[in-house]
Amino acid sequence: MTVSDFLQLDHPPAPLPDRGKALDLYRTMRRIREFEDQVFKYFQAGRIPGTVHQCQGQEAPPAGVCAHLLRSDYITGTHRPHGHAIAKGIPLTEMAAELFGSSLGCCSGYGGSMHMGSLDYGMPPASAIVAGGVPIAAGLGLACRMLKPGTVVACFFGDGAFNNGAFHEGANMCAIWDLPVVLICENNFYGASTHVTTVNKIPRLAERARSYGMPTETVDGNDVFAVYEAAGRAVARARASEGPSFLECLTYRRCGHSRRDQNKYRDKQEEQFWLARDPLDLARARLLQEGVVAQAELEEVDKAAAAEVQAALDYGEQAPQPQGEEALRHVFCEESP
Amino acid sequence: MTIAKALRIAITEEMRRDPTVICIGEDIGTPGGWGGAFTVTWGLEREFGLERVRNTPISEAGLIGAAVGAAIAGLRPIADFQYSDFMFCAADQLINQAPKICFMSGGRIKVPLVVRAPVGASTRGAQHAQCPEAWIVHTPGWKVAVPSTPSDAKGLLKAAVRDDDPVFIFEHKLLYGSSGARKEDNAVQVDEPVPDGDFTVPFGVASVRRLGNHITVVATHLMIYRALQAAEELASQGVELEVIDPRTLVPFDYHTVCESLGRTGRLMIVEEDTRRGGWGAEIIAEITEKHADLLKHPPVRVATYDAPIAASPAMERFAVPDATRIAAAARAMLNA
Repeated sequence: MTVSDFLQLDHPPAPLPDRGKALDLYRTMRRIREFEDQVFKYFQAGRIPGTVHQCQGQEAPPAGVCAHLLRSDYITGTHRPHGHAIAKGIPLTEMAAELFGSSLGCCSGYGGSMHMGSLDYGMPPASAIVAGGVPIAAGLGLACRMLKPGTVVACFFGDGAFNNGAFHEGANMCAIWDLPVVLICENNFYGASTHVTTVNKIPRLAERARSYGMPTETVDGNDVFAVYEAAGRAVARARASEGPSFLECLTYRRCGHSRRDQNKYRDKQEEQFWLARDPLDLARARLLQEGVVAQAELEEVDKAAAAEVQAALDYGEQAPQPQGEEALRHVFCEESP
Repeated sequence: MTIAKALRIAITEEMRRDPTVICIGEDIGTPGGWGGAFTVTWGLEREFGLERVRNTPISEAGLIGAAVGAAIAGLRPIADFQYSDFMFCAADQLINQAPKICFMSGGRIKVPLVVRAPVGASTRGAQHAQCPEAWIVHTPGWKVAVPSTPSDAKGLLKAAVRDDDPVFIFEHKLLYGSSGARKEDNAVQVDEPVPDGDFTVPFGVASVRRLGNHITVVATHLMIYRALQAAEELASQGVELEVIDPRTLVPFDYHTVCESLGRTGRLMIVEEDTRRGGWGAEIIAEITEKHADLLKHPPVRVATYDAPIAASPAMERFAVPDATRIAAAARAMLNA
């Protein structure tokens, strides 16, 4: 399967949402990109501990989906969760502090990069086990239907999750129980270094998901307006208690899988094709071309994002570190030492 | 009252008390079905409906994950494995997810989840026979209950449902007292009166099932009954076993065991799990490290031999401790 095969998406470009929403989508993507780019520098400089799985290039799916969600809705994230967390509204200061291992982080330093989350914003700590969040999303959906109808769960996972049993068990439960869950496959073509075509006889994953008996769609996951439009249908369906949907977003990492990965396993032609389609550039060009916003407005958004991210990282780096002994707290929710 | 019925009553009372309690598992809530593999949830759907008594596909990872997600969002699920052996299909959810979410969130999220699982050899062969408590005991974040009487089954399950942390309840196939088509050969009759109404059994409080001054025996489930049988036999020879049922393995009531050791100086663990790395090894290690002064004799383990459980009844009987093996170990301990 070649690159162009993957983008044979015969639907016309999605219409632009209203001006305010369009700008919001761009802003969310810019905040994610800026956060990730700066975090990468800090990480390379040895200022952030551990590992990071970043999502530069994959900003459109979280931005486009979460734009339809309320704070009371839920999402589940993956080991690459920074974009999900930002799009769902977790403050960058709390996220940055979490990356530095500080007590002021959104998980008080117990979670870290791969378990980013805050239930205050509807995101339990992300699961770093591929597909582990899918059955959990089904359960969140079940509770929503029983306790707070109209609440929606958006479940993010990658193409790699599609070949894990937990995905299939969870997706099937969403379908048979008509749960208010939107399953979002961020298909970035690689499970770590393994290409999607080498591990799927049918690499158009939406085609396989359809067999569970739910509506599916494949969109250009680098076109935030396409993601936004398709997610709107899926979220509305879930909110109206009509059941789950599967949304496959074709996208691409502009960064390595993790840490210092240099993507040496990627086909150069494929890489060129995708890197030329930066989701931020695409959105910016469209907004300017259709005269929705002025260049200066976008620059203002960019500037504000840069300042916000820098302030957040400054805050996180200076935020207090926990005492070592705190490592033994929270094993149980009412902790006795 | 049987243990199966006591558990059913506990679930019924908790579901009446709290509308957020649900049951989720395989082959539950199927009209005309059995109510799980051992009848515990039989008939509950008639009172509570299929939304709250939720039958699932044969998807162990899916059903535990769904229970975890439901618990995060405000339900109090009681998840049901047909056999504890099947829990390994859900290992990610049981090891990586459920017991770590409260912790990973820095204590911000509660996961009030109960998982029930039947253990024990019952001539079904190697994949329907294990006692996998140690796997869960080993994993921080779980509380582990091991009821062996109808009253304890009711009180521990009710306490588990009200607990805000994940609780694993291991139940023994031969102690349920299941009847009809689900009756077990070789079952032990533990039909006893159970107090009516609302009571809980606190975690971390052992029950002394028999008093004795020579050896402190710590056992769970079926092994308690076999230890009691050995104790009867030994009593006629002037040897008195003290038999302690810890009732929960996490938290574990070291206080009661140490108090007993103060009188006996001899510790014996009887467990149906295979010997290597079992929960008994942990108890012995802890007591040896911290309370060696109480011990007049090296602690002894009587456990299933380190092999999978064979289907043949003759081989199963050999592998799993019985009263004869327990009594012999006790005599050897006292003659040393």
